Amino acid sequence: MKLRTSLVLGLLAIAAFSAGCGGAGGGSKSGKAEFVIGEYGSLTGSDATFGQSTKMGVELAMQELTANKGGKVGDLDVRAVVEDDQGKPEEAATVVQKLINQDQVAAVIGEVASSRSLAAAPICQGAGVPMVSPSSTNPKVTEVGDYIFRMCFIDPFQGTVMAKFAATNLNLKKVAILKDVKSDYSVGLAQYFTEAFKAAGGSIVAEAAYSAGDQDFSGQLTKIKAANPEAIFVPGYYTEVGLIARTAKQLGINAPLLGGDGWESDQLIQIGGDALNGAYYSNHFAVDNPEPRLQDFLKKFKAKFQKDPDAIAGLAYDAANVIFDCAQKLHDTDPTTFAGLSSAKAGTPERKAACAKLRDLISQTKDYAGVTGVITLDAKRNASKPAVVLEIKGGKKVYNTTINP
Amino acid sequence: MSEFLQQLVNGVTWGSVYALIALGYTMVYGILRLINFAHGDVYMLGAFIGLYASGWFHAAENPNPLKALLVLLTSMLLSAGIGMVIERLAYKPVRKSPRLSALITAIGVSLLLENGGLLLFGADPKFFPQIIPAHNISLGMGVVISNQQVIVLAVSLALMIGLRTLVLHTKVGKAMQAVSHNHMAASLMGISVDSIITFTFMIGSALAAAAGVLVALQSPKIEPLMGIMPGLKAFVAAVLGGIGNIPGAVVGGLVMGVAEVMVTGYLSSTYRDAIAFVLLIVILLVRPAGIFGKAVTEKV
Repeated sequence: MKLRTSLVLGLLAIAAFSAGCGGAGGGSKSGKAEFVIGEYGSLTGSDATFGQSTKMGVELAMQELTANKGGKVGDLDVRAVVEDDQGKPEEAATVVQKLINQDQVAAVIGEVASSRSLAAAPICQGAGVPMVSPSSTNPKVTEVGDYIFRMCFIDPFQGTVMAKFAATNLNLKKVAILKDVKSDYSVGLAQYFTEAFKAAGGSIVAEAAYSAGDQDFSGQLTKIKAANPEAIFVPGYYTEVGLIARTAKQLGINAPLLGGDGWESDQLIQIGGDALNGAYYSNHFAVDNPEPRLQDFLKKFKAKFQKDPDAIAGLAYDAANVIFDCAQKLHDTDPTTFAGLSSAKAGTPERKAACAKLRDLISQTKDYAGVTGVITLDAKRNASKPAVVLEIKGGKKVYNTTINP
Repeated sequence: MSEFLQQLVNGVTWGSVYALIALGYTMVYGILRLINFAHGDVYMLGAFIGLYASGWFHAAENPNPLKALLVLLTSMLLSAGIGMVIERLAYKPVRKSPRLSALITAIGVSLLLENGGLLLFGADPKFFPQIIPAHNISLGMGVVISNQQVIVLAVSLALMIGLRTLVLHTKVGKAMQAVSHNHMAASLMGISVDSIITFTFMIGSALAAAAGVLVALQSPKIEPLMGIMPGLKAFVAAVLGGIGNIPGAVVGGLVMGVAEVMVTGYLSSTYRDAIAFVLLIVILLVRPAGIFGKAVTEKV
């Protein structure tokens, strides 16, 4: 009996406490007028550099907003809430739900990996909250709906870029493909590369597959070696590419590896070592591009984080700034609607109208001078901008060429 | 022809790793009739201990074989300790319970090690230092093997021979055989069954750790979930060879490795795991007790 009473009392206490929290939390949120943006990414997980770089990019954009405009857009304080999805699509859906329902965000930034953006996009679309993916390149992401945007080029273009580069710049005729069957990104990119490379007169002499997490690639690479290709296209993530390069070298394959922006991470070269020398991959920017806007970003990033940013960080920085810019535009042209972005208005019709207006403004982004290039969103809400090809030389990523859409 | 020979070399190297892990499964099964699902995770821990040990001994600066051996032995020794702790804390308390409880405990330990690893080491892949720099050795006819592969093969072979000598020709080994036949009878003969079981776990864990370090040497990317697939496949290899049978585990591991590489090379790399497992089913249909297993009729 005594136990039971204390149990009931305990439960009551918990209920009261959580209700109090909810009330107080909600109260303080609605009391303070803020423009809250949410960001979700893989802060932990096997491809953690993706999420961490995105977070740093957004942090730098926030720091500049604080320095230049006192951290405000219009009369609203801007706050960024970051959530970790652990690199899992199902977690991405959960954390975005939380960002929208609990943190009352008015815009969302994320993700890098297309499979995770695809898991979260329908939730943003359904809630009418604009989502800007900095670097998901699979075309399906923005096809989810008219609230979903991206700051980067898409895989059909990226595949074409590498096919063009292989056929024209490297003058290759025979290429083999080694793709990750577990990833939407890798399978898609392999397909677009194949189509474009064949159209350019080349042939795919061998095709093999692996699954993310594999440790042994000798079987696939021995098969590829027998087909004697002039290069191997490996459209995977950096986590496996390093090992693939090592195994290829060990099997005596001298053909260079080619890849896409999934290679973009410091860990790529750490794992792959010398074996990656002579490899090429397409990317969103090159750190040795003399463009002043980019160099300025590099300097600021280095000052804040003591390291060079990767393209993922640059795209996240652009994504955050495009959102700030559009919100500012909304404030300047239509202050009444803009007020709906405030966290005080969460769940009201004013908020819905404000998000819809913000969406319209993002979709009209034209010639925005970002650090990853000039961004213009097309009718399908994809950025059309040039890709760069980087070469790995002596453990460094060196700019090779730019390929325009 | 040279492609086939190269694939054979790849398969045998990879298979010898499966064999090392399979030995641990088979030894524990032989003695306790327990499938130790946490075994693949001990393999992962072995690789991580190797990573830290390379740091302690500065094995990546001026690499030499002696330091590499030191790293391997440290990892085996510490993992043996972990094996002992796992056995004492997790399996011993449920030894008298129905076999299903022990099996579920094993799955629990496996999940504990995986998620503990995620917490402790982080989920992002770590680079395993090159404690022995790689160079290639040509075997003629276009077939190449790296010195690291040779080391993997040689160390695996040495460990397997060592294990065989231990089991067949030492007092402890004979005690292990006795315990595997009958716990009660063995204890009546004055054998401390508890210490023999603990010892078996320690040897099995040390072998798994050796496999972990050897794989990390060849494919220098390690992460906390790296043990799941190899663990599963090594278990299949143990069943294939006849679980409980030591030469069976070695042959099963090699068959598994070669089959997987050949499927990748000649059938389909997309379905390599599926085909490898179908192969297992076919072999078990023909020989239900595995290649070396003896069909045992259950005594009622």
